[in-house]
Amino acid sequence: MPKTFLIDTSRCTACRGCQIACKEWKDFPAVHTKQTGTHQNPPDLGPYNYKLIRFKEYKMKDRVEWLFFPEQCRHCHAPGCKEGADAILPGAIIKDEATGAVLYTDLTKKFTPKQAEDVRAMCPYNIPRWSKDEGKLTKCDMCFDRITNGNVPACVKTCCTGCMNFGERDAMLRLAQERLDKVKKTYPKAQLLDPDDVSVIFLVTESRKLYHDFAERKEQPKTQYADMNRQEFLTAMTKPFKNLLG
Amino acid sequence: MTQHWIDIKNSNAILIMGSNAAEHHPISFKWVLRAKDMGAKVIHVDPKFSRTSARSDHHVPLRSGTDIAFLGGMLRYILEKNLYFKEYVTEYTNASFILGADYDFKDGLFSGYDPVTRVYDRKKWDFVKDENGVSKRDKTLKDPRCVFQVMKKHYDRYTLDLVSQVTGVSKKNLLLVYDTFGATGKPDRAGTMMYALGWTQHTVGTQNIRLAAMIQLLLGNIGVAGGGINALRGEPNVQGSTDHAVLWDILPGYIPAPLATQATLADYNKSIMPKTSDPMSINWKANQPKYAVSLFKGWFGEAATPANDYGYAWTPKVEPGEQYASMFMFDRLYKKQIKGAFILGHNPAQSMPNSHKIRKSLQNLDWLVMGEVHLTETTDFWRGPGVDPKKINTEVFLLPCCHRGEKDGTTTNSGRWIMWHHKGIEPMGQSKSMGQIEVEIFHAVRDLYKKDGGVFPEPILNLDLDRVYDAEKTARKINGWFTRDAEVNGRKFKKGDQVPSFAFLTDDGSTNSLCWIYTGSYPEAGKNLSKRRDHTQTPMQAKLGLFPNFSFAWPVNRRIIYNRASVDVNGKPFNPDLPVVLWDGSQWVGDVVDGGGPPMALKGGKYPFIMHTEGHAQLFGPGRVDGPLPEHYEPAETPLAKNPFGKQMSNPAIRWIASDMDKFAKNADPLYPIVLTTYSLTEHWCGGSDSRNTKVLLEAEPQQYIEMSHELAKEKGIKNGDVVEVESIRGKTQAVAMVTVRVVPFKIMGKTVHLVGMPFAFGWTTPGVGDATNRLTPTVGDPNTYIPEYKASLVNIRKAAKVTELER
Repeated sequence: MPKTFLIDTSRCTACRGCQIACKEWKDFPAVHTKQTGTHQNPPDLGPYNYKLIRFKEYKMKDRVEWLFFPEQCRHCHAPGCKEGADAILPGAIIKDEATGAVLYTDLTKKFTPKQAEDVRAMCPYNIPRWSKDEGKLTKCDMCFDRITNGNVPACVKTCCTGCMNFGERDAMLRLAQERLDKVKKTYPKAQLLDPDDVSVIFLVTESRKLYHDFAERKEQPKTQYADMNRQEFLTAMTKPFKNLLG
Repeated sequence: MTQHWIDIKNSNAILIMGSNAAEHHPISFKWVLRAKDMGAKVIHVDPKFSRTSARSDHHVPLRSGTDIAFLGGMLRYILEKNLYFKEYVTEYTNASFILGADYDFKDGLFSGYDPVTRVYDRKKWDFVKDENGVSKRDKTLKDPRCVFQVMKKHYDRYTLDLVSQVTGVSKKNLLLVYDTFGATGKPDRAGTMMYALGWTQHTVGTQNIRLAAMIQLLLGNIGVAGGGINALRGEPNVQGSTDHAVLWDILPGYIPAPLATQATLADYNKSIMPKTSDPMSINWKANQPKYAVSLFKGWFGEAATPANDYGYAWTPKVEPGEQYASMFMFDRLYKKQIKGAFILGHNPAQSMPNSHKIRKSLQNLDWLVMGEVHLTETTDFWRGPGVDPKKINTEVFLLPCCHRGEKDGTTTNSGRWIMWHHKGIEPMGQSKSMGQIEVEIFHAVRDLYKKDGGVFPEPILNLDLDRVYDAEKTARKINGWFTRDAEVNGRKFKKGDQVPSFAFLTDDGSTNSLCWIYTGSYPEAGKNLSKRRDHTQTPMQAKLGLFPNFSFAWPVNRRIIYNRASVDVNGKPFNPDLPVVLWDGSQWVGDVVDGGGPPMALKGGKYPFIMHTEGHAQLFGPGRVDGPLPEHYEPAETPLAKNPFGKQMSNPAIRWIASDMDKFAKNADPLYPIVLTTYSLTEHWCGGSDSRNTKVLLEAEPQQYIEMSHELAKEKGIKNGDVVEVESIRGKTQAVAMVTVRVVPFKIMGKTVHLVGMPFAFGWTTPGVGDATNRLTPTVGDPNTYIPEYKASLVNIRKAAKVTELER
């Protein structure tokens, strides 16, 4: 039975324990940041930030809403990135069927920056990031080392409020429905984001587009290929690699 | 905390006020959300909408420094709408006590005030006694001089209209909070209050908390599950260090410090041994001499004998009326009355108010010894901004201390749980634990005394202190052991036996203990209860979330204090669904009950509030220096020209510090019209020296910022992300503007008052992050505690013409 996360944002206090725990477990260096007028920092995901709390604030009719979104890879059931990578170099991105983890291997080092950008563009959630330091494509690996040794991912381990949950898919789906039913009483717009397509299910309390651009699933990549259909896109993508091979 | 963290889940209503719990005590929200899951309402009253507000049912913004107005209005509302718990109030509080003829309140002042010394004669606030010396009572609460009626009259001025105008909270929001929290006055409902530095860091800090406690008493919320008045203590072991007397006016275990006028132990004992003529009052503090003598015995060992008053003469004394709080110490330093200093684990050049003065003061030292983990704005004051090292004559000794993870020891959490932590790794480099550093310095001094002699040698030569610091042995001695074979309370002990609980401490030198409230935490050799991690509990305890076998809670492993007030006079729980204790006909079951003896109505029964001489909780509190009933005074710096509640503008008992660097904005000062409140943030530890040197935390919160409303930003032509210059009468700082809907302008007495908020964690030793916010804040504090007023002062802001303090 594959694993699933439930990220219940109605319980998130944006303490950023998950954001820091992720870095600590991976032993990533700190990145240099600046204050730009928001608590969201670093400004975006990066090769040393697989997990990031996004902050958005709104003045509603009679109240303030400060929305926290503990962003990370969704570990899609049919990962667009893998589809893209397979067309270039099979094995660069793999899916572990037992856990559902989508894993980027060191073969991504063989991507040209252009190819990496193309693979990146296949992600409907804009998750993967190119590491200049290591010359490879990076993102959350579900703490594959931890979960295959009987532990939960670092972000889940550190969460004290019940926002981050991890377990067998059936159990998480049940929990998600249970939480949704409850949260809906306070937040009528509450919903689960793409529960049938992903292993990382977000429960959000407001309309999904309020969280950030890519909280919505964007099937069409935002690149120069935007006008092509999927088949044309994949053909276009494989071309440079074929050229490379000779 | 009167409770413990888990107990928050038992609440029906949670008022978080004077605290940003989700950001500063993240784990607390585990329990707040559990309570919310069960239907509890969570209300956050705070100047700014924070991460706490985001997870609360309601956020209610109020002008910083007006909590007493807000709560005074709530108290009035509770009385007016009959929401209080009458049986509880009549039986367990001093509502029925009759006040003497001398008590009065007029024009913002209580009777007994001396305007020259700014000191109250508190005898004017005494109760009337009967012929046996017991306070007279009127249980009908009708007597116009009874506490209930006097209190009612006092808060009659706190109308919805006036409270709304002073606090800036809409009447709708006031009623929302008053109704929601007032609903917990029913016997089977409980409301909890969670507070922190947002209540303490005011010139009326103590009275903020007293008024909160009074409301909790009126609603019958003290002693019950899910109730209480809960101080969320700071991460740097604030609870433990207070227990062990980090403050100057107490000895360990909150025993008052001896005065210079108390020449002998007998004089001192008399002052710490309150007397009652009421047989139903346990009056626990009458035991204090046993705890004091055991403490002296712990300090001076074999040298402490009856003949020398157990070394009483060797213990430091406090000059009556003199102030030793850190703000006064630094004033003495500024005035060149102090030559040398030890500053250990403290960064005053960053964390104390009016940093310019602190930084200047440090230059007056001949020598400075610092114990620190990192370089800080204090260790490196001699090379700070605008300082020429060549002109500094201070010799600085920097002693590297190891970090918490590099040593054994305990931390005491807010729920009074003493928790052992094990050394994870060996100390880095030449660093040592602060305990070992102090022991070594002491022995070096003692060796010099032995060799060369010196003034007042007795306390130095006689201190009973090993040459190596041993955390385990220190824990044993904190608990205390028998110094000889003895029989106490009918039980026989051998010399060296651990003292099983403080009921066995004596004033004859047969026991020692370094902190009586911790006695019982190490009751037998090899039984260090702070290491316990046992989840065993009875079904009754399981329902409460009470884990009596996990660590040890002071006092005597009691998890909810004042728990005798959770039952009626017959020992029957007010809330039968969640009993904390109950009398089963022959004994108490549940939590460890407060004091001994059966319930009040039975023969030999006792009052529940055992730490008060009268046995009753104090709605009227004659023990505080600034009044028996909390009164709204404006902060030392206020945007108002007059106090709408009375003629007295600010707390009349404040001891103002006079120096050329202690300047204050005028009332309603047009040059400084904006209220500044300061705070910590999740990602940084206090003044930031630890967390700024933990780069992954700095990554998340990299630089100084100032949170402000869109309205103020527009008025000042400031855009989100602009660098802003913030100026008070004492100094300037720069910060990045965070323009947000989470801060709103207030309408106060008809005029618009803006408020801005800044963290205090960023300092110059971390390049480019900004420098101390406390260059803006004033040196003035609560007259009971001398905690500085960091939460409300006056500033002005403008877009910075040139960025000088922040990397851009």
